[in-house]
Amino acid sequence: MADDADKKRKFWAFSLVGIMLIISLWYYRVNPIYMYIIAYAWFGFAYGILLQWGRFCFASAWRDLFAIGVTRMFVGIMVAMGVFSIIMAVLAANQLSTFHPGPLGLHELIGGLIFGLGMVLAGGCASGTLYKTGEGNGTSMLALLAISFSQAIFVDAQGWFDKLLRGYIFPQPKITIDQYFSFMGSAKYFWANSVINTIIPTLIFLSLAYWFVARKSIVKRIIEKKAAALPADGGDVKLGLKDELYGFWQMITASKRTTLAGILIGLIAGIHVMTMQSLRDKFGIENFGQALVKLGFVEEVSRRGTVFDPGYWYITTQEAQIGAWVLEKFGWNMKDNIFFGVMNGIPEPWHNPALLMSIGIILGAAAIALLNKEFKFKAPTKELAVWGILGGILMGLGARIALGCNIGAFYIRVAGGDPGGWLFFLGMGGGALASVKFLNWWTERQLKSEDFDIDIEIE
Amino acid sequence: MKVKKLEDGVYQLDVKGYVCPHPQLYTMKTLQKLKSGDVLEVLFDNPSSEESITALCDKEGHEIIEKRSDGGTFVYRIKKA
Repeated sequence: MADDADKKRKFWAFSLVGIMLIISLWYYRVNPIYMYIIAYAWFGFAYGILLQWGRFCFASAWRDLFAIGVTRMFVGIMVAMGVFSIIMAVLAANQLSTFHPGPLGLHELIGGLIFGLGMVLAGGCASGTLYKTGEGNGTSMLALLAISFSQAIFVDAQGWFDKLLRGYIFPQPKITIDQYFSFMGSAKYFWANSVINTIIPTLIFLSLAYWFVARKSIVKRIIEKKAAALPADGGDVKLGLKDELYGFWQMITASKRTTLAGILIGLIAGIHVMTMQSLRDKFGIENFGQALVKLGFVEEVSRRGTVFDPGYWYITTQEAQIGAWVLEKFGWNMKDNIFFGVMNGIPEPWHNPALLMSIGIILGAAAIALLNKEFKFKAPTKELAVWGILGGILMGLGARIALGCNIGAFYIRVAGGDPGGWLFFLGMGGGALASVKFLNWWTERQLKSEDFDIDIEIE
Repeated sequence: MKVKKLEDGVYQLDVKGYVCPHPQLYTMKTLQKLKSGDVLEVLFDNPSSEESITALCDKEGHEIIEKRSDGGTFVYRIKKA
């Protein structure tokens, strides 16, 4: 029986890869330029595999730090960002980067705060929601729907997002740190964007996480080990800088799977940027909207003739687009706003570059979860459905205000040299702390209402 | 979420169906209420909680005496430090 179930899982895992391959070939047969959007789908597939295998969720970085005092994921994302920033610097120095900074302002902090509130409630960040959907998690599927529709409605309703864009966000400066280091030549990308904007803050955050969260238990073990090695007549155990550095390293390597996933995600994200720029050069386009116009799909692009085509890993805008695409089928005019009408367009899902990447993430996560016997469809309970939908709505609102999520507004921005990414990260932390406090209260309440038949005192 | 006593000093926490952070949060809170040496069997089906629960036990010094998984459900037996 168990063997049959294993065979079925393997069959479905390899079938997903087969389906991706067949669809890719079919796209190529229709027109070779579709290789451009198929590349997005395969990079999505790779992200999905790594996110699921590494249990790589940005929500858990802040949340597990506050909720259970675990630094595992906090370390993982810092490592991923450090690696990615070095690759981004090399690509920028060789004019192979597709990166563009976002407007720098308080909207990033506020958006991050709202997003952080939502990601803890929903049980995953924007990318986490996708890979957990691939694991068969019904709560994440609801969160995904909520992210998609909340964004679409938010940017279209009453025109007030247009006012926010025109009145506050667009006038803000767009900067990368390398702008201030032009005297360094090409080396400015490495020293300014990677070292100053990414690696140094990353080391500061890691040191703070070590000192305030991880150190206590690690030092306890070091002291126990040293005390055991002392002669029988005793003596004092002293801790030096060497012990602290050893402890810091212990924190970094505590979860090898997460740290390795961080390194691999950083590498793949870098190769992704390089590939998309190379494909743009090959096909002579700067945005896939130009290709769609040439092919006659004028209705699908924005008034500028573009579609959302970031050239790198991104999550939420394409989810807004699919939400808008569905709402248009119900008669809504979704193009009478800046976000869809002027900036991103609403391409058909099969023409949407970034959406194919998101589908790739779900399929990649499903394939690896099936292979590792971790795929299981989990229908959400009423309680989790409420948290999933509420969390998804908040993530959608936060992502729009900040013009991105944990990937587009934080991970990519910071590694590309845009200091605004850190504002989003700090906002996420504030929101996560508030939601953790709420969930602490909620779970305690649930434990108290549980009809214990054990002799445990509930405090 | 269900907590029950399996035998003296052995308890079971069933958090199947829950997503992050509930499994790790309930595991931490239940372990806090047990005595040193007691065993807690945690049933969960959220793969991401696997690494977080392992890291939590490592940090607190609890010993994971058994890890099993089948068809997407994980069973961890944890001995409280």
